[in-house]
Amino acid sequence: MSDDVYTARLEGPSPAAQVAKDLVRRGIWAAPILMLIGTAIWGTDGFFSTGYGIGLILFNFALSAFLIASTSRISLSLMMAAVLFGFLIRLGIIFIAVYAVKDAGWMNLVALGATIIVTHLGLLFWELRYVSASLAYPGLKPGTSKSADQTNQSFLNKEHSQP
Amino acid sequence: MSALASTLAQITDAADAQNVEAAGSAGFAYGLAAIGPGIGIGYLVGQAVQAMARQPESAGQVQTTMFLGIAFTEALALIGFVVFILLKFV
Repeated sequence: MSDDVYTARLEGPSPAAQVAKDLVRRGIWAAPILMLIGTAIWGTDGFFSTGYGIGLILFNFALSAFLIASTSRISLSLMMAAVLFGFLIRLGIIFIAVYAVKDAGWMNLVALGATIIVTHLGLLFWELRYVSASLAYPGLKPGTSKSADQTNQSFLNKEHSQP
Repeated sequence: MSALASTLAQITDAADAQNVEAAGSAGFAYGLAAIGPGIGIGYLVGQAVQAMARQPESAGQVQTTMFLGIAFTEALALIGFVVFILLKFV
């Protein structure tokens, strides 16, 4: 069993990448609404700060999924390492991104902070609706379940590659 | 005049010390806020990797659940981060 954990790898389209794609698509769809709300509450600064916050969150989701998808094809242990160090790296990137613009004239930190929390949790709960609704692959429309089935069947580990 | 200058210097020093203290506290709070999600993500991914290795046929579902779990756990760290920037910069 321990050998499997260290050497097993996954193949096929990554479900994490597909979920992240859904999250980003919904985020882009919801961005104008959130930016209008930000403008109504904080004015022009709120508009730009909200947009910046949404961009950060979507980038964070995309980077997280990219790390999982790319490393799981190499090995599960590498995926675990990438997720853990990716957590640190992504927090660092968010910190640098916020620190770089904190004094900008168009930045409202309260709006940015509220956007980060609301967008992150909102998109996740939105996605979770699809997870709960579909016992197969969350966030995926029925039409795309073919690729998910393919994913499921094509996961290999060294059982398949070993003679 | 010199008395006024020294009083101003003392006030400035006190304000600086207070700022340094506030920055240190905010950083400490952020560090504490990141510990919990770090442990949570480590445990979550460890269990998911074990599940995927034991049952490769369900790896897709496990990976999806893992991804969402990571994102939810990370929300705690993001809340800590937002509190940090509000304490530090606002």
